[in-house]
Amino acid sequence: MMLSSYAVAPTIILDLALMAILIIVAFSIVRMRSLFAIVMLQGVYSLVSAAWFVSLDAVDVAFTEAAVGAGVSTVLMLAAMLLANRKSDPVPISKQIAPLLVVIVAGLAMFYAIGDMPAFGDVNSPANTGVGMDYIERTTKEIHIPNVVTAVLASYRGYDTFGEAVVIFSAGLGVLLLLGLNGNAGRWTASPSGQHTYPPMAPSANSRLRSSRDNIKSVTSSAVKKTSVSTARKSKKKRFKDKGDN
Amino acid sequence: MSSLILDQYNYAVVIILMMTGLYVVFASRNLIKKLVGLSVFQTSVFLLYITIGKVSGGQPPIVESHGTDHVNSETTLFASIGELESVVQSSSGVLYSNPLPHVLILTAIVVGVATLAIGLSLVVRVREVYGTIEEDKIEEYDRIYYKEIIERQ
Amino acid sequence: MHDPHVILKVISKFLVPFIALFAFYVQFHGDFGPGGGFQAGVILASAVILYALIFGLEAAKKAFPPSWVRIGMSSGVLLYGGTGVLTWILGGDFLSYGVLAHDPAHGQHYGIIAVELGVLCSVTTVMIAIFYAFGSRQPEVDEDNW
Repeated sequence: MMLSSYAVAPTIILDLALMAILIIVAFSIVRMRSLFAIVMLQGVYSLVSAAWFVSLDAVDVAFTEAAVGAGVSTVLMLAAMLLANRKSDPVPISKQIAPLLVVIVAGLAMFYAIGDMPAFGDVNSPANTGVGMDYIERTTKEIHIPNVVTAVLASYRGYDTFGEAVVIFSAGLGVLLLLGLNGNAGRWTASPSGQHTYPPMAPSANSRLRSSRDNIKSVTSSAVKKTSVSTARKSKKKRFKDKGDN
Repeated sequence: MSSLILDQYNYAVVIILMMTGLYVVFASRNLIKKLVGLSVFQTSVFLLYITIGKVSGGQPPIVESHGTDHVNSETTLFASIGELESVVQSSSGVLYSNPLPHVLILTAIVVGVATLAIGLSLVVRVREVYGTIEEDKIEEYDRIYYKEIIERQ
Repeated sequence: MHDPHVILKVISKFLVPFIALFAFYVQFHGDFGPGGGFQAGVILASAVILYALIFGLEAAKKAFPPSWVRIGMSSGVLLYGGTGVLTWILGGDFLSYGVLAHDPAHGQHYGIIAVELGVLCSVTTVMIAIFYAFGSRQPEVDEDNW
């Protein structure tokens, strides 16, 4: 045991540094109020955890995390943030106590359970002696490709991955249903007998609230007006192709 | 307690990160910040899985060429001491980390971004209808709306 | 009047083909090193997203039309499921690639390549679809807000 800890000493220092960065970034996400900063810090968090994945021998996972977590999801969050506010409102202290208590209790319960977990990097832990190591043996014999992760992903657990592909497909479908591929879902106005009933707004858009939402309403309704005027001129077929923004 | 810090520090760090993410989800009233907290929580769960699959002194689970010409110096060091006798290792004698958590997490990351996109598009629709993404204001608008419906009846 | 983003445009125009090439490297080298359909799909999508961020969404939609997105999303999943159905027809279990060739190991190779292509197709187009959906929702970013 002494020798193994000696042999991996530089990795421990790297691990500790990455863990410290992760904790600092996570805490600053809690403290910050600027959404732009929060979203960028989330990208930083993903990138640092990708670095830690490399240190933990999970090169495939690190690759994916760097591309997806730090790349695509940050872009998506920025795109969504541009459509919403740039700052979040402060939360009163009275509303923070209950979540803090829940989190502390749950965290203490999990800390209590740490004692039953195998040591970090233990080769004889239950997780590392079962089917996972079996896959390494079998891949070299049965599939003859070097990357065990690809072999398990596509062949041994191909069923799972098929499920994941379907989940991704349906998530894409859900986004297209909610927003539309050209960004025009949910912006069509009903026109019973040629009359437009805009603005097409759900619950909160009634007269009492409008004064409190001046700036938002002017933006939204001008966009809606533009859409409805331009669609009124076009034929019925073309109406669904209208992009709403232009 | 000392064994906890020396051998199981990874779990402690992962729990701290996880609870931080959970706190952001619970405490913040801004929907986008909630989603950021959710993704921090999610990444912490990934870290938990990957740290369980780590084998100290192991290599990434990419099996080297079948020839025996490639011999890892570190492995020979271990093997000479005979420390790895009870250890499951591949035929070439190189020690690999557990590939199974990697596979699970690999797909979970991509599914995670897909579900994040669903959440964000819901946030965008909420913002278009309510004009805000602060939960408190949304609840207030709903309250006023239902009050009005009741008054009308 | 100069274009204020001339450096960005030149550099990204230079980078986009290399990002796409790297995506295909990751895809087809996934058997030998880190990589695979999921990563390659995201990288390929990020090439299109970079193009859209720099040159505008309309230009990106000309380069990668939204109709491709609809077709690619479903055909990726179909290719994956179709591989499973093919193994059924050839007499094996669902997604047991050994029956695809005389040598079971070669059959495994073909099956993995087909399945990874399906994942690549699906992931790329879903990521692009999500970006198009969000990007089209808002007016193009002003020059001042860059």
